Amino acid sequence: MDSKQPVLSMRGISKQFDHIKANTDVDFDLYKGEIVSLLGENGSGKTTLMNMLAGIYYPDKGQIAVRGQEVTISSPAQAYSLGIGMVHQHFKLVDVFTAWENIVLGEGGRYDVPRAKSMIRDICNRYGFVVDPDKKIYNMTVSEKQTVEIVKVIFRGADILILDEPTAVLTPQECERLFDVMRNMKEDGKSIVIITHKLNEVMAISDRVVVLRQGKNAGELETASTNPQEMTDMMVGHAVTLDIERPEPVNPRKRLVIKDINVTDAEGVPKVRDVSFYMNSGEILGIAGISGSGQKELLEAIAGIQKVDTGSVIYIDGDGNETELIGMHPQDIRELGVALSFVPEDRLGMGLVGNMDISENMMLRTFGESHKWFTDREKPRKVAENVVDVLEVSTPGLDTPVRRLSGGNIQKILVGREISSKPKVLLTAYAVRGLDINSSYKIYDLINEQKKNGVAVLFVGEDLDVLMQISDKIMVLCDGRVSDIVDAKKVTKNEIGLLMTSLGGEETIAEGADSHNG
Amino acid sequence: MLGFLAFIPRAVAQGIPLLFGCTGEIVTEKSGNLNLGLPGVMYVGAISGVIGSFFYENSVGSGSVNPALAILIPLACSIAGSVIMGLIYSFLVVTLRANQNVTGLAMTTFGVGFGNFFGGSLIKLSRADIPSISLSKTSACFRARLPFSDSTGWFGDLFLSYGFLAYTAIVVALIVAYVLKKTRIGLNLRAVGENPSTADAAGINVTKYKYTATCVGCVIAGLGGLYYVMDYACGIWSNDAFGDRGWLAIALVIFTLWKADLGILASILFGGLYILHLYIPTGMDHMERKELYKMIPYVVTLVVLIITSMRNRREDQPPQSLGINYFREER
Repeated sequence: MDSKQPVLSMRGISKQFDHIKANTDVDFDLYKGEIVSLLGENGSGKTTLMNMLAGIYYPDKGQIAVRGQEVTISSPAQAYSLGIGMVHQHFKLVDVFTAWENIVLGEGGRYDVPRAKSMIRDICNRYGFVVDPDKKIYNMTVSEKQTVEIVKVIFRGADILILDEPTAVLTPQECERLFDVMRNMKEDGKSIVIITHKLNEVMAISDRVVVLRQGKNAGELETASTNPQEMTDMMVGHAVTLDIERPEPVNPRKRLVIKDINVTDAEGVPKVRDVSFYMNSGEILGIAGISGSGQKELLEAIAGIQKVDTGSVIYIDGDGNETELIGMHPQDIRELGVALSFVPEDRLGMGLVGNMDISENMMLRTFGESHKWFTDREKPRKVAENVVDVLEVSTPGLDTPVRRLSGGNIQKILVGREISSKPKVLLTAYAVRGLDINSSYKIYDLINEQKKNGVAVLFVGEDLDVLMQISDKIMVLCDGRVSDIVDAKKVTKNEIGLLMTSLGGEETIAEGADSHNG
Repeated sequence: MLGFLAFIPRAVAQGIPLLFGCTGEIVTEKSGNLNLGLPGVMYVGAISGVIGSFFYENSVGSGSVNPALAILIPLACSIAGSVIMGLIYSFLVVTLRANQNVTGLAMTTFGVGFGNFFGGSLIKLSRADIPSISLSKTSACFRARLPFSDSTGWFGDLFLSYGFLAYTAIVVALIVAYVLKKTRIGLNLRAVGENPSTADAAGINVTKYKYTATCVGCVIAGLGGLYYVMDYACGIWSNDAFGDRGWLAIALVIFTLWKADLGILASILFGGLYILHLYIPTGMDHMERKELYKMIPYVVTLVVLIITSMRNRREDQPPQSLGINYFREER
């Protein structure tokens, strides 16, 4: 391939935000009809680099050439005119618009609705997308939204596509479908860059891997001649073990018994339906499910911050005393030792206050303990010091507002605070959401440490591989119901995927088999 | 029936300034700018027109005015005044990213003060006995009716008895509704108000759309002020006479769920409610009830706010990024 001229080449690209060097002297090439994985840890500058191609950011230094022509890309419109289209990690879609309105948005030329719709249908037929042009975005699943995004980019005439972590929110089946579409596009001569953390996907889809580390080129590999270990080492800069340990539960005893919980949201839509399970001390119960299948509501119901229609949650302490949690004040539930750490999509939405500093955020949990007129600032500060120290949070100081920290560090603070309260039950959701490998493993270690201390852990995760490695049992949710509870050591990824999309995993087995043949 | 026939044209005349204000604010809000400076903008639109008209009338002295000039000069002055208000607001909010609520409220205070200051100056200049300026000659041009409207009986009274700005208000509202719903510009504008980063990534010039929509919105709203003083008040300017119509116009935007065509009916309804107290007989013994009736438009606004906040159809919600400034490189 080296003899050919690259369709896109970046040379010596640098970009700085305030005092942070996001990219330093990065080179990047893309050839016609290939799929390149851009791999790197959080904050290694992958998204920044690609945003400079999409016209979102402007490079401080360096040259970009498209089809041999040197260009400056100063706006998204210009990127489109050069045939570059990017699907962002956080979808750029207008919720109250229909699919076709979003797709034609910003396009120049005549406003011809029937022509636009027929063009959309052509694109769908050619690459195998399924999109209803008249469906509103807010009625769509994540996977449908992503499809709209990709169709939009192709509609605008892009033949260089950049996909920023496209699989983060998809089920395994949806990923397969996406990869099929990507292969179709590749055959059609389009060039694709996929940004990802997931090594198995890199292996499955890409021709070449470009690795970034701390904003610099760390190396380049042909996918066919590499393996996950080599890529990880290159990405992190030193050798890492990729195994998550799963210590055998010691002396498990029932800690939390959940029976027939039903939760309805504010709009009257049932979110959790007849969910029953129990949690043992010293065990990790993983929860799998498409996002929005009731994970959030279930966790909130246990923590007492979500109103429960019917059902019971019984907490059993070390001496066998039973306490009904439903109807109790969240503060009292917390004092029993039930800790909730939920990392929402925007990371800051729940649990932390962005404008407050680290020790103040620690104080949010403990301010009730001192029944005095004045708050106790000393203790939270010590907790903060401890968390920063143990979890290696990189921060200019304890007085820095947490919103200024990187996503990984924010998450460490959130999880660290919950663990520092020495809980008996730890509820954690998306603890590693968007984190790179190194930070993720640190969090897994933390959770395992809690497990060894006899804490009953509920682990809601997105990455099925991780879920299967860390959990003792996995409960799969589907549309608010328990699809099944399986043994994490015996189940396969495909089985979980099917359980996620249909109760008991039966109905779509035939369909799943079809998609594998096709 | 006779009372009703007399009531409707009055309600319409009351409704027109509200309609202008409402349409203008819809255009502005669709770009994501919550312009609480609207009352000030309408005030400036009015006083600018008054200033133009005052100097034109003074220049012709006791002679008769040229109808075309008598309309064009105040119109041009009003538009210029409103555009400047729009530019100030946009510069503060879009370019400097100042807080929209604070900027808007400051613009209202500024606009009202600006109007009263120059209104007061003109009153001094005209050496009038009463604290108001009378611009009867230009006002007559603004209030000119269709020549045959008197001979058409109740039909003429209901539909043909207004000055040209009243019809302009309705046409503008219909055009705005059409543009927002059916054109590419409307689609792009709505996208800017809903989700500017999406619009930006799609290649839409967000800054340009926000500036343009805000200034166009201000011009439309300013015409409401012009209509009020030139047509409704018969060319008589007195300080603070415009009252709280600007706030009612903002309330109307919420009442109509950001739909300009619905604004036509809603503004006439509100215009009617605004003067309803004049048409409910109370007798001399219970004058205090009149004060209660004056509350009706505000009570209705409160009720409407409660009702609309209870409905949660996604399409009826305000533009998602309303009141939030956009910065592309925000991380």
